[in-house]
Amino acid sequence: MSGFLASIGYGQWVLEAIMIVPLLGALIVMMGPSAQAKKIALGVALVEFVLSLGLWWAFDQGTALMQFEVYHEWIPAWGIAYHLGIDGISLFMVLLTTFMMPLTILGSWNYIKEREGPFYALMLVLTTGMLGVFVALDMFLFYVFWEIMLIPMYFIIGVWGGARRIYATIKFFVFTFFGSLLMLVAILVMYYVVGRETGEYSFSYRHLLNNTQYLGQWAFWLFGAFFLAFAIKVPMFPFHTWLPDAHVEAPTPGSVILAGILLKMGAYGFLRFAVPFFPHVALDPTVATIVVTLAVVGIIYGALVALVQPDFKKLIAYSSVSHLGFVMLGIWALTLQSIQGAIVIMINHGISTGALFFMAGMMYERRHTREIADFGGIARVVPAFAAVLTLVALSSIGLPGTNGFVGEFLVLIGSFSQYPVATAIATTGVIFAAMYILLALQRILFGKLDNPANKKMQDLSIRELFVLGPLVVCIVWIGLYPAPILRRVEVSAQALVTQVRGQLPVQAKAIPEEQQPLGKFGDDK
Amino acid sequence: MIWLAVLLPFLGFLVNGWLSFFRPDAKRAVSVIGVGVLVASFISALAGVVGLAGAVHDAPYIVHMWSWMPVGELQVDLAFQVDELSAVMLMVVTGVGALIHVFSVGYMREDRSYPRYFAYLNLFVFFMLVLILGANFPVLFIGWEGVGLCSYLLIGFWFDDEAKATAGKKAFIMNRIGDFGLLLAMFMIFRAVGSLDFLEVFDAAPAAFVTNGPEITLITLLLFLGCIGKSAQIPLYTWLPDAMAGPTPVSALIHAATMVTAGVYLIARTNILFAMAPVSGAVVALVGAVTALFAATIALKQWDIKKVLAYSTVSQLGFMFVAVGVGAYAAGIFHLVTHAFFKALLFLGAGSVIHVMHHAYHHTHSGEDAQDMRNMGGLRKFMPWTAAVMWVATLAIAGVPGLSGFFSKDQILAEAFARGQGAFLFYVIWALGAVAALLTAFYMTRLMLYTFHGPNRTGEAEAKQLHEAPWVMTGPLVVLAAGSALGGFLNLPHVLPGAGWLEHWLKPVTEGSVPYLSEAHLSAGLEWRLMGLATLIAAAGMIAAWYFLKPDRLGAAKAAPAEAGVQRVLLNNYYVDELYNTLIVRPTDWVSRKVLWRIIDMGAIDGAVVHGAAKVSRLLGWIGTRFQTGNLGTYVVLFVIGVLFVLSAVAG
Repeated sequence: MSGFLASIGYGQWVLEAIMIVPLLGALIVMMGPSAQAKKIALGVALVEFVLSLGLWWAFDQGTALMQFEVYHEWIPAWGIAYHLGIDGISLFMVLLTTFMMPLTILGSWNYIKEREGPFYALMLVLTTGMLGVFVALDMFLFYVFWEIMLIPMYFIIGVWGGARRIYATIKFFVFTFFGSLLMLVAILVMYYVVGRETGEYSFSYRHLLNNTQYLGQWAFWLFGAFFLAFAIKVPMFPFHTWLPDAHVEAPTPGSVILAGILLKMGAYGFLRFAVPFFPHVALDPTVATIVVTLAVVGIIYGALVALVQPDFKKLIAYSSVSHLGFVMLGIWALTLQSIQGAIVIMINHGISTGALFFMAGMMYERRHTREIADFGGIARVVPAFAAVLTLVALSSIGLPGTNGFVGEFLVLIGSFSQYPVATAIATTGVIFAAMYILLALQRILFGKLDNPANKKMQDLSIRELFVLGPLVVCIVWIGLYPAPILRRVEVSAQALVTQVRGQLPVQAKAIPEEQQPLGKFGDDK
Repeated sequence: MIWLAVLLPFLGFLVNGWLSFFRPDAKRAVSVIGVGVLVASFISALAGVVGLAGAVHDAPYIVHMWSWMPVGELQVDLAFQVDELSAVMLMVVTGVGALIHVFSVGYMREDRSYPRYFAYLNLFVFFMLVLILGANFPVLFIGWEGVGLCSYLLIGFWFDDEAKATAGKKAFIMNRIGDFGLLLAMFMIFRAVGSLDFLEVFDAAPAAFVTNGPEITLITLLLFLGCIGKSAQIPLYTWLPDAMAGPTPVSALIHAATMVTAGVYLIARTNILFAMAPVSGAVVALVGAVTALFAATIALKQWDIKKVLAYSTVSQLGFMFVAVGVGAYAAGIFHLVTHAFFKALLFLGAGSVIHVMHHAYHHTHSGEDAQDMRNMGGLRKFMPWTAAVMWVATLAIAGVPGLSGFFSKDQILAEAFARGQGAFLFYVIWALGAVAALLTAFYMTRLMLYTFHGPNRTGEAEAKQLHEAPWVMTGPLVVLAAGSALGGFLNLPHVLPGAGWLEHWLKPVTEGSVPYLSEAHLSAGLEWRLMGLATLIAAAGMIAAWYFLKPDRLGAAKAAPAEAGVQRVLLNNYYVDELYNTLIVRPTDWVSRKVLWRIIDMGAIDGAVVHGAAKVSRLLGWIGTRFQTGNLGTYVVLFVIGVLFVLSAVAG
């Protein structure tokens, strides 16, 4: 397979292609007849997925350097370039995005009934925006994608959303925009400070990363700005309150993308920028204590609040707060296992929570309600739905053998050596998770089928099986055989750990000699 | 061969699961597949065990399948380990499991979800085999939580009934509390040893841990927390009586013979860790002894035939923990095996009774309780085979000399007694166990008297419908009766010829812990005297029941007066469920709903900060006129945050 890919020069054009294909698709969708919009969009998303799938084989898991790089001058006077690249940390974010998009479009099939053309065009634009966030290697470009991606999301919730969509959209926008403005300021300060000290004014990620020592006293405030931007996006407790509202009001595809991909951007931002740029601040005992505490509070808090939600979508939203708390704990523990675990949870959360939102949408399409209390006993009439929901729920609470376990286990076992007490408290999350998920399962699926409206519910259609089937396969596959994923992530994750810990004056845990920094970034082309 | 034994039940699950969706009426196919995979699994397991016994080997057989979680130092493989301990468990799980599958064909015949039942049951056996064969902690944990999942699904099998679904959920959550301990133990072991493979951990343990040090003590206590959840010991035992909501063969297989004994297995598996932590061992033994007695007292007053057996199971598991707690690992596994025979038999026998009672009441459209012993009585006339084999099991569990339960229980008590010379605590544990044994003989005799003897109280019309269960149900009972009677010969006491076969067989697994265990030796004379005492205890319990209980005077359930005083406290499980609800369940709900969601989420964060900030920004436009009416609380919060940032910047 990799031989074939090399013969067609895959590595040289893949990133250009996956960035441009959705945009071209969006144009076609807008120009074509509205009735065909979803079919065209699905076709484009599938082409996109197949194109990106080659990355699985073409990716060289032996190096932490950026691969498949694309470099074009953009505004050379200001040191801005269209510079893209992929390493082990972004690889699976890209694949997750291209994997989720066709499913999301197929899942919107009957849910979106009006203004289909603009909707599907926005979905495709969103795809490019999200991919751009994950592959940008220029801070200015990254910021552009970060903001661009907000716009389609704003419209998807604001136009096709539920009753309180305006409140939710504004809240979503203000929260994230507030964070990203601070981040913009931080990026500009870095640009000037590093430029002044090195004589080279550039937004290049590598340039900035290799010269973070010049940031000096600025580092704390810059970190704070990045932290806020990403913490809101994750979202970390207590910056999470936009999430339940946005999820509840968003249409099904909006929720799936929001949970499946957008939330990953915050965690990705920490892994790619906030932690490697400012290792001294991030691992400063006071800062680390605050972040780890917030992560652990988020795990417990999210799970407990999820326990009492009457609305199924809100329940899933709060469970996300809990899951992302594990990711944050893993990132801050900064061991190979915990970073790998964090990335696996990021993938898992996209799959499992995405599937949960799809299923919440399917329930809503049938019964026009999201209230858990309106269901009950439906396992009798929709057995296939019940079976899939049970499996997805179990993966969400980390049952061993499903993907959820691998991520949580790696994060926790990796974090334990750094933060034993915090990890022990975080581990109680497995109990609370079982409480809210099983309560929801029971109230939706089990008990007496006493609501007449539920007796006529239709079981999963073939289309819906095509939406959920791939997710179910991933749940079991990643649960039992995550090794191919872990191996692709390993070298980049190790490089991150070594790079960040290597800059600390006094190391908490000595890193063995042979594990020298693998990914010392070279100069720009 | 071993992987085949594991794979077959999984294939059975897939096929039966498929049938449950597409051919729900293909009951014959389901029966053939569901039972067939178990029998085949038993045969291949037997072949594997015979191979193990015949071959000379100085280490367990490891079957590597694939690399599961390879992350730097952490290398976890999906691998199975076949040694003497897993061999014993293999035989119990596949052997008793196959019998219970056969029984289920008769018991579940008329259920509309017949294929789903067998799919779950096959899946359970698969996970149980993963549990006992796992070569490292995480693989064991797949099985450990997997069997919990199947338990959850099967307790709530008739999920239309909200109470049954709730019972399943309760079981899962209580098990998860235990799993929390197991997870933390794994983290600590990995941090100390750098591996989670059984062989590597146990080899490294003597060097990695200080005997009786805080680290090993904490690890073993956390492991024991896992056992407490899975094996229903105090304080996490209350899910097991509720688990009786599931079909009765499930109670026999999962909640008596196999899954609930996983905790005992885990301690036997990690015996060297527990041997290095004598404090933990004493805690295990004490919790086991207290649970054994406590549950036995509750069993005295239950009317539901399955509830008696459920509390009895909790109590017998307590005995097993006494054994593994005092370091008598072989004795614990011995009791696990004999208990699997006689308790599975008792549950299946009770299942036959319930099956027949249910049919009788169903026939007359009566709403009476088919599980209440007050509605039974005199059933031996209608079900002579069932009555006979259940008597065999009752005599075994009560400890009548010669039968399996006598030897296994006597050995546990003797081992505890022998350690009393070292520490007085073990005399206390022995005494608790002895009283529990007395009560065991009493409540089991009570169960038999009320169910099978005296006049029949089922009702005149219903009595005409009572009959013996079909052969497909009584057949497995007869086999189990043979096991209950003869199982004791697996491990005869030291004073008898041919003694200690099982102990010898398990030696390769347990010998690593020998240097850490205190020498416990009983003189032959003392051992004989203890055996005599055990016999007296069994006889006293049974005779007392026979003398004090008058099945002739018992009324049917609907005419029974409400219980009062101590009896009511016992009937209601000392109100422990109510206690947990008041102390834990309701406060958690209240805090989550009122404090976290309403006050913090919607009040403080959204109300004060977010909407407050929105208001503040609006107010900024009016800054001159309205400044004094701004939200002061917000300013204070912002001010404090700002000060903290500045301070930490300066300090950092």
